[in-house]
Amino acid sequence: MNEIIELLSYNFFQNAIGAAILASISCGIIGTYIVARRIVFISGGITHASFGGIGIAWFLGLNPVLGAAIFGVLSALGIEWVSKKTDVRQDSVIGILWALGMALGIIFIYMTPGYAPNLMSYLFGSILTVSNLDLYLLSALCVLTILVFVFMMRPIVYVAFDEGYAQTHKAPVQFLNYLMIALVALAIVLNIRVVGIILVISFLTIPQTIANMFTQDFGKMILGAIGFGVLGSLLGLFMAYEMNVPSGATIIFSFVILFIIAKIVQLSLLKLKRKES
Amino acid sequence: MTKLLELRSVYAGYDNKVVLQDVNLTVKKNDFLGIIGPNGGGKTTLLKVILGLIKPIEGQVEFNNIDDNLIGYLPQINTIDQKFPIPVREVILSGLMSHKKLFGKYTSDDKEKAKVLMQQMGILHLRNKNIGELSGGQLQRVFLCRAIISDPQILILDEPDTYVDSHFEMELYAVLDQLNDHMAIIVVSHDIGTISSHVKTIACVNGSLCYHDSNIINQEQLKTYNCPIDLITHGEVPHRVLKKH
Repeated sequence: MNEIIELLSYNFFQNAIGAAILASISCGIIGTYIVARRIVFISGGITHASFGGIGIAWFLGLNPVLGAAIFGVLSALGIEWVSKKTDVRQDSVIGILWALGMALGIIFIYMTPGYAPNLMSYLFGSILTVSNLDLYLLSALCVLTILVFVFMMRPIVYVAFDEGYAQTHKAPVQFLNYLMIALVALAIVLNIRVVGIILVISFLTIPQTIANMFTQDFGKMILGAIGFGVLGSLLGLFMAYEMNVPSGATIIFSFVILFIIAKIVQLSLLKLKRKES
Repeated sequence: MTKLLELRSVYAGYDNKVVLQDVNLTVKKNDFLGIIGPNGGGKTTLLKVILGLIKPIEGQVEFNNIDDNLIGYLPQINTIDQKFPIPVREVILSGLMSHKKLFGKYTSDDKEKAKVLMQQMGILHLRNKNIGELSGGQLQRVFLCRAIISDPQILILDEPDTYVDSHFEMELYAVLDQLNDHMAIIVVSHDIGTISSHVKTIACVNGSLCYHDSNIINQEQLKTYNCPIDLITHGEVPHRVLKKH
């Protein structure tokens, strides 16, 4: 217990907790959209594609997160555009960009003279080295996401649920789709710092899936996802510190443990209900 | 009779393919039109033109006396994602979305309207349930509410027989009969499917559109036709044979 109190006094650990909470908020919200609209695969594609942006930015001497953001958003818009305007299967486009991005990233990083940046931190997350700048970016993302969803929750949900029907009502379907996919890309890119590329998709799917076990309401699912996200990531954080293992892995591991516990609880509740009736 | 919608010499299709040729159709205030035709014959294309989802290659689509947003639409069941986390009451509210701006609020009046509708359709007890928990018939009533909450003047049902197994959807057509008092209704059905005798007129769509103004054949006249199909059922089944075209 004393150790924990001591830990909490360190600036890096306070930053880490801040990052975990902020990541949980933005991922909780956007992840619910991703899971409900069934674009998990697209999101995976965007995630890995954005690695290309990291490599190119590193090569040009720019901020890698900025590179990832631009590349990620472009991939996202590209996937949405290609699948709507051409006859190429969306699946295939995602697969292509997924691999292309990773390949470009690696090529540009190794082409850069000097030492390669700590690739591990981008691939697996490095929440214990989160800077104040990272926290500002994560906060801005949270504010943006919250604003978008507070003011446009119903149109977003209605269009995601039944796009064809929304079109008959002349709803701004295209605008909303592009806006949301760009937001997805931003959420992914900024959270790569916390959980890493390999696993950021899990932050966007597992807490949401757990929440979905207990509620069918979009808004409540968001809140549940945020809650489970915070719980899981704080647990994972302590685990990462104790075991000196990349945070991405321990956080996701915590999520899976929570998932298993939640599933057992859900099934037990169902059994109880059946016994009563 | 008030004309609501008129299609004049409409040609429609996708990319390079023309699916519908020279379609002429008028929908009037108390019409109850059945549209039948084979798959690939253009029924869906015709619906998309009426709903404004695609523009005709040639010809005019003219709406009289109605905002072109006021068409109620009940889509086929296979277009619905039943796993989506959305409760019944929100699905019905979404029928008002064309009346709201992007940041528009859904007022308590709106919610009250939805509540009244749900009560009339006998689904008020389902209002907080996720749509995945509903039976086909219940789902259909939910989407019917969604279609009519905006007080449309034309109601279009796209293959409603896909929701419920039985062909004779007595309940649905009883409701439609009542609705027909203040809106025109168009029901799209399968090829040689059973279409309720409640339908007043029929349009056959197969590349073009052929309109049958209540050509009711009675039992006597039936005997003089060499009907190639035998209808097998229990009890009496009213059916009509259309003029060849």
